[in-house]
Amino acid sequence: MNTALSKEDRAFAEEMRAFFASEMPAEMRERLGRGGHPSRDDIVTTMRILDDHGLAAPHWPVEWGGKDWTPLQRHLFAEEMVMANVPSPLAFNTAMVGPVIATFGSQEQKERFLPATARCDIWWSQGFSEPNAGSDLASLKTTAVRDGDEYVVNGQKTWTTLGQFGDWIFCLVRTDSAAKKQRGISFLLIDMTSPGLTVRPIHLIDGGYEVNEVFLDNVRVPADQLVGEENQGWSYAKFLLGNERTANASIGLIKSRILRIKRLGGTALDDPLLRARLTRLEVEATALEMSVLRVLAREASLPPGVPDPTSSMLKLKGSELQQDASELLTDILGPAGLAYRETDEVPAGFDALPEGALDAMPTYFNWRKASIYAGSNEVQREIIAKTILKF
Amino acid sequence: MDLDLNDEQQMLADTVGSLLEKRYDANARLQLLESSELGWSRELWQQYADLGLLGLTVDEQYGGAGMGAGELAVVMESFGRALILEPFVATVVLGAALVDAAGSPEQKQAILPGVTAGSTVLAFAYAEAASRWSLTDIAATAVPAGSGWTVSGEKIAVLGGDSADRVVVSAKTPDSDVGLFLVEGDATGLRRDAYAMQDGLRGADLLFEDVPAVALGEPADALAALESVLDTAMAMLCSEAVGAMERMLWMTVDYLKTREQFGAPIAVFQTLRHRAANMYVSLEQARSMALAARLALLDDDVPARRRAVRAAKLQIDLSARHIGQEAIQLHGGIGMTMEYPVGHYLKRTTAIAKTFADADLLTQLVGADEGLVTAD
Repeated sequence: MNTALSKEDRAFAEEMRAFFASEMPAEMRERLGRGGHPSRDDIVTTMRILDDHGLAAPHWPVEWGGKDWTPLQRHLFAEEMVMANVPSPLAFNTAMVGPVIATFGSQEQKERFLPATARCDIWWSQGFSEPNAGSDLASLKTTAVRDGDEYVVNGQKTWTTLGQFGDWIFCLVRTDSAAKKQRGISFLLIDMTSPGLTVRPIHLIDGGYEVNEVFLDNVRVPADQLVGEENQGWSYAKFLLGNERTANASIGLIKSRILRIKRLGGTALDDPLLRARLTRLEVEATALEMSVLRVLAREASLPPGVPDPTSSMLKLKGSELQQDASELLTDILGPAGLAYRETDEVPAGFDALPEGALDAMPTYFNWRKASIYAGSNEVQREIIAKTILKF
Repeated sequence: MDLDLNDEQQMLADTVGSLLEKRYDANARLQLLESSELGWSRELWQQYADLGLLGLTVDEQYGGAGMGAGELAVVMESFGRALILEPFVATVVLGAALVDAAGSPEQKQAILPGVTAGSTVLAFAYAEAASRWSLTDIAATAVPAGSGWTVSGEKIAVLGGDSADRVVVSAKTPDSDVGLFLVEGDATGLRRDAYAMQDGLRGADLLFEDVPAVALGEPADALAALESVLDTAMAMLCSEAVGAMERMLWMTVDYLKTREQFGAPIAVFQTLRHRAANMYVSLEQARSMALAARLALLDDDVPARRRAVRAAKLQIDLSARHIGQEAIQLHGGIGMTMEYPVGHYLKRTTAIAKTFADADLLTQLVGADEGLVTAD
């Protein structure tokens, strides 16, 4: 284990490792370890078990079920979870809308939403991007017009991840079209069963349905589902996106993918060129992990919720390494990864498929997303450039 | 665990930094490089001695400060920023460390106080034309002679070999041990072909013809001591390179903001902005690994330590190549000139990448057996 960790931190990580090994369903962990996608049930089951142990959202305020952990402990918790092949809690719940409600919501909203959010009794979706508001998110056009005790919402959201499972959606909506871009935006919580709201899944290049379009046609939303103040939504969104400075590095995921490559690699890794690529990936991943630890070590002295070059650096490098790892696995499988299959069942008499045959190439296609979402890598480079050039 | 400098280390960094800022601007350095016979400054060397830098990691009983690799790394990073020309790596990081690791108490007593005081310059001769990166595949020989030994063979690219008062040389004994031997600079049979290295540091090829020598400790124990000194030395070169890379990035940033073309500072052009951002990412990766190397030196598990240090140097070499090449490109023509400092940083980091092991060898070594990332 990492020499940068103190004895106490190592013990903490061991304790978490033991917890995941003993409390999380072995069948699920084994299946996901073999490259399976977590189902809705996998995620809900995981979040309920975590909640039963008071671990649903360690980074939330203690009065809403959080733990008084250090940033490093929170990181180790998340990393051990990934390494144990336990699906991460739904980020929309615990990393995004939860902290926003806990920080800016009313007491009524906290009581109404936070326990259900932690436990995944509400499956949240994110309604930020629009067809014409991607990297330039502040140009979003979905409107919410006040009508008595309600807002009337019209517009379209897109790239809504796992929105097909969503119970509720937190949306950025324009409440003042006269104000400057960022100023007229509000943060609204919408019940996805509301009349006028429809979800259409988008078929992606990996063959799966991970993201959705969400259409809002005169959807009436009670005004008490506005979070914080009207027209302050942009600052809540910035808080939400800057909240987990180190999460976008996805270092646990990268490490577990590297370990899987080593486990599956077999004789392919006797090829010195493949081996060299793997080694350089391992070195870059180790460097990234140390960068994460450096950021965590000075986390307390950084202003919260403000984008900074370090989180951009972590996102940039982390997404590249995830992509590199997924690409390397396809190269190791070679022709065994070419067939597109829904299951690993083969007719009697045929050889069993090697592990990875099902998922390696779809995962490679799927992970092209990593340098696009959460602020495209070009946006991240611009954030870094602005900071270092002050220009 | 605290990953930042402690107060003492910060003070050390400030002290060294302010000395170098005063004494090592680009012009002063160029003057030393091009117009002095020695190629470095005896006067500054004495100041390093007075500040305790030459004996930083030397035991207190031999006149040193008895500090650790963490403090040495702080100094190396500062030296990397200033791109010093004095034979610090040759004398302190290699020579004195080898005497300390392999030498007898009498040998330490005879040599280390002189190093600490600034009166003795050392060098380590190990590379040979046909041995590439190997420490053991060498042709130089040592044979017993009376109470001592004689050494024969030719060594290349000996850092500080031009001016060293004493030279530590690796050579094979009749028992096929790779021993470390101490040779006086003015010994009969030692000839020097002195030159400036590509990065401006001075060095020499050394020809040994039956040169009288004494063994540093027992030849049979020397290789283990040598390998462990090189672990530390590699980690120190990582820190030096990080200092140099940092300067290359900030010089480039300053240049982008001041150079005007097409009626605007070229920092407005997104192609250049994003390349500068990529340099920053490479620098952070390198900085993290230099830190990882330093922490790994504390690891008693020798194979794990060695793998971590090698991984660090690999990352540093890759980052330095990227940052160095981009720094020149983003500067344009001015970056090509000897007069402008940025190219000198590229030269130093390029030399570091060809010291002890290069990126290709490091890739093989780090990737051997279980590799770097393991389940624990």
